[in-house]
Amino acid sequence: MEEPGIVLTDEQKKRRRGRSIAIGLALAGLVLLLYLITIVKMGPDIVERPM
Amino acid sequence: MTEARIELDASATPALAGINRGGVGDFVSLLKPRVMSLVVFTAVVALAVAPVSVHPVIAFAAILSIAIGAGAAGALNMWYDADIDQVMARTRERPIPAGTVAPSEALTFGLILSVFSVLVLGLATNWLAAGLLAFTIFFYAVIYTMWLKRSTPQNIVIGGAAGAFPPVVAWAAATGTVTLEPIVLFLIIFFWTPPHFWALALVRSGDYARAGVPMLPVVSGIDETRRQIFLYSLVLVPIGIAPAVLGFGGWLYLAVSVSLGAVFLGLAWRLRSGSGNAIGPVARRLFGFSILYLFALFAALLVEHVAGLPGLGAQGVSGLLGISA
Repeated sequence: MEEPGIVLTDEQKKRRRGRSIAIGLALAGLVLLLYLITIVKMGPDIVERPM
Repeated sequence: MTEARIELDASATPALAGINRGGVGDFVSLLKPRVMSLVVFTAVVALAVAPVSVHPVIAFAAILSIAIGAGAAGALNMWYDADIDQVMARTRERPIPAGTVAPSEALTFGLILSVFSVLVLGLATNWLAAGLLAFTIFFYAVIYTMWLKRSTPQNIVIGGAAGAFPPVVAWAAATGTVTLEPIVLFLIIFFWTPPHFWALALVRSGDYARAGVPMLPVVSGIDETRRQIFLYSLVLVPIGIAPAVLGFGGWLYLAVSVSLGAVFLGLAWRLRSGSGNAIGPVARRLFGFSILYLFALFAALLVEHVAGLPGLGAQGVSGLLGISA
């Protein structure tokens, strides 16, 4: 018979979902910030770089 | 490197048993938001006062990085200090002793945020600022938390440097250099820290004694602490006026720093000369006023800059002293 393992309560599942959403938003924010920093620092040069 | 540690009570901390109960709010509180707000404010002022214009996106990235870096240092502090946090009334509701976040989670959280904050600051501004931020995190988490805090009553004197670095980091982020102005801002916060924290420690000395933290009132007694608070206040107030004397603060700054400095000294003297039951209330007043004092000094600089009010400059100081060229 298989062990049930750790069974999360509804409250724990809710908190895990909250953490997952927060991590997702933080990563999306980081991507957006790095994109904006790139555009601001490089400006038009970003499409004129040597290949 | 450290003194004896207190065992964490596993029965009272479910997170130690692998049951993750922490919500987003618990992880936010690991960042010490109140400390972070002071860091952000002083960094914003330094960035605004710096004599170069910074693109808003770069300024936002710099302030965010400094704030997250400070928060990361706070998380590492809470990870290491969980054992003493659980025996102090002021800190026993923090996420690790309360059992909502496991120590390993706090450590990982702090390390990841440290790395990202330094990298983003370096990419957005320059590597001098990033290096200073990395040093600040290291200083707070390792030099202060792991070493000084448990080994010497001078812990918050030297450790106060960690809280004083943010305006230097912000100035370096804006200008790529460290000049006299950010060093003066650093010194203001550095000399403000001992009277601020020792005023709190005077009314919380029982807590620190229980936790085995050698804060000055625990080791040297209340009288010596009151004497040192007054001495540090004597050094702090002239340094608080220095931005006006050196010319990057204006008349508003001069008025604020002189008048509030006089109140600061008055409270420190009342604490020094008071006796018995008067010590606690005066210490609480000094602690509260010290926060207002630091906020007002930096706010005055910010207001002058935003309103376009000129600093006193060398000519202004000469005029102030009645010296004609």
